[in-house]
Amino acid sequence: MTIGISLLRNAALGAVALGLLASAAAAQTEVRISWYNDGNEGEVLRDLLDRFEAQNSDIKVIVDTVAYKAILESLPVQLAAGEGPDMARVTDLGGLAQHYLDLSPYLSDTAYWEENFGPFLNWLRLPEDSGSIPGFMTQLTVTGPFANKTLFDQAGVALPGDSATWDDWAVAANQVAKKLDIPIPIAMDRSGHRFAGPAISMGAKMFSAEGEPAVVDDGLKSMAELIVNWHNDGTMAKELWGSVSGTTYLGANEDFANANVVLYMSGSWQISQFANTIGDAFDWWAVPNPCGPAACTGMPGGAALVALKTTEQPEAVAKVMEYLSSTEVLNEFYGRTLFVPGHIGLSKSGVDFDTDNPLAKHALETFAGGVANLSPVAFDLQGYVYNRVMFNAIISRLGQAIVGEMTLDEAYGRIEKDIEQEIAERKRGG
Amino acid sequence: MSTTEQTTSLRASAGELAAQPVWLIMRLLDIPMRFAQRVIGVKRMPYLFILPNLAFFGIFVVIPLFVNLVYSVTGGTGLFMSQRPYVGDEQYGHLLNCDSIIDVSTCREDRFWRGVYNTLTFVVLQVSFMIVFSLVTALVLNRKIRARGFFRSVFFFPVLLSPVVVALIWKWILLRDGLLNAFLTSLGGAKILFFVSPAWAMFWAIFVSVWAHMGFFTLILLAGLQAISPDLYEAAEMDGTSKSRTFWRITLPLLWPNMLVVIVLALIRAVQIFDEVFVLTGGGPGTATQFLVQYIYTTGFASPTQNFGLAAAASVLLGGALLVLTLAQLFVAQRKERT
Repeated sequence: MTIGISLLRNAALGAVALGLLASAAAAQTEVRISWYNDGNEGEVLRDLLDRFEAQNSDIKVIVDTVAYKAILESLPVQLAAGEGPDMARVTDLGGLAQHYLDLSPYLSDTAYWEENFGPFLNWLRLPEDSGSIPGFMTQLTVTGPFANKTLFDQAGVALPGDSATWDDWAVAANQVAKKLDIPIPIAMDRSGHRFAGPAISMGAKMFSAEGEPAVVDDGLKSMAELIVNWHNDGTMAKELWGSVSGTTYLGANEDFANANVVLYMSGSWQISQFANTIGDAFDWWAVPNPCGPAACTGMPGGAALVALKTTEQPEAVAKVMEYLSSTEVLNEFYGRTLFVPGHIGLSKSGVDFDTDNPLAKHALETFAGGVANLSPVAFDLQGYVYNRVMFNAIISRLGQAIVGEMTLDEAYGRIEKDIEQEIAERKRGG
Repeated sequence: MSTTEQTTSLRASAGELAAQPVWLIMRLLDIPMRFAQRVIGVKRMPYLFILPNLAFFGIFVVIPLFVNLVYSVTGGTGLFMSQRPYVGDEQYGHLLNCDSIIDVSTCREDRFWRGVYNTLTFVVLQVSFMIVFSLVTALVLNRKIRARGFFRSVFFFPVLLSPVVVALIWKWILLRDGLLNAFLTSLGGAKILFFVSPAWAMFWAIFVSVWAHMGFFTLILLAGLQAISPDLYEAAEMDGTSKSRTFWRITLPLLWPNMLVVIVLALIRAVQIFDEVFVLTGGGPGTATQFLVQYIYTTGFASPTQNFGLAAAASVLLGGALLVLTLAQLFVAQRKERT
């Protein structure tokens, strides 16, 4: 009899405990983030969010790690259908601006955001908007080249200096490749964004005096001719720009890591990856952007964590954002991921980067130093809401010119028409 | 009762027992069926039976077809119909705007026409090779050769693989540092960059597609060959008919129904080619292997504007072409049957 009562009591207590647990779980707000990784940032984010959840038991943050391609292609469709996540890490900063949620009514200190993220917030805003706060930069990126310094040393060729032109680099890279039988003297990611910096250096203005896209000018033509000539004379391998169609992105990071490339034009986001994959196997040396007659610029850019209008819990989203964007947390995030900070305060004070690798440290210094050399045209282009339309038209048509499907003159005409048509379609509605 | 009789009786009882649930279900179904029959009449009952399939077909084929048609006369970047302005036949006009369709560079949407010509080239070559190789393989496998079963499995095996897996396997073989180039260099040859040359890229797109699907068509033709009576071949042999005459006069005519199925299926599959080639070549170099379905996918989903209207219009045109192709084949088949 006693055993029976005890069993009943235990069962009742168990039921109450289960009920309490269930109600606690029901009271917990779930925040979903769509996230992609270039390096270890997903791991660092999860670690930071675990600490946030420990302090805020009412919020559970789920990080859905997806392929970068899904962020570019699937997320916009999801958002258009009103079925997106609460937050997402995006790189088409202005292109998705219509879907961002303005967090300012939910933030406790909007002045902190303006002060530390101000210049970058404009990249996340629609043209007519000057006050919304949709998120912050998880990384600021700057495009620029990496040289395989070990190959230069082995070949006995000196690295071109800080004010070297693209032609100087092409000559030097070819010398190294020839002496050491390296298959690819120069590689550049197959991306309009990567091409834009060198084109601006050569004098491309990208916009008319009225601020409308005017991509094809002498500056762009100079760089386009250089690229096509390099493909024809073997300075660049056709496998990258010439082997796929349309706007398909291809990077040469693996070829560079395997020492198949002498000079690789990419950007600061490769630092963490190279520190892990190459380590000290050879000297991967970040060098300043080569110069043209107009500038020695790369392109700014980056990825932002933004709040989305599809969320049903803006307060919880704002709370997560406030935590992740705080100086202390971002310092740790940038430090552990080796990302160039997109936080003005941290840029000024400096981030304590968590690496002993002198090559990574040198690369971070080089790219951070390169920010000062960025052309205003590059900033304007990065902030333009339809910049991806421009990048994609350039890359797809140049790709066709490289494989001989059309002449460069035909490609220029197509680039202008493509941009005009795509922007008109976007402005038509939706 | 003998042991055999006991076993038979036991089996019968077990069978009856197993049939009980089925019988019960049938009895239960009988009630609504009888009711339906009373309400709609015996003559209309077949419609009731095909209703589930029809509903499935309607939801997943007819309605999307209609929606696609509506999208093709709208513009903008909105996903929902309410967000999309009506633009009439503008998207079709855009696709068909050419000074000369022989010269794609005169077409406003040159990539669409490049896709059309690439698809036509692919269809003609791939279907021809597919039929020839499937037929030859079926003829060989129909003969009494050693390890026939093994070879039949070998040829059918690629059919079981996912198109993406097939493409990735061949990509690894054909890359600059792939198996084939390693083999070529071991023989003292130079590396060939297969995906940089338009001709090589098209060749491998066709080769891989034939390799992956040939087993399926071989199987259909093999079934047809086995259905031909050996008496006919014996009679031909007794008459001293040559091997080639036997093939042209007996094998091929009697294999025609199966051959027609192979032609129809191979044609439709070739026009719809996408996944294998997309993974293998990405449509490149340039647009050398960008086919019509990839153009539709890229325009609708992979471009920054996600131009659903233009993609929908292109898919309506592709659907129209497929319809014409199917009707032509039906016409040919019916004429052949009549003769």
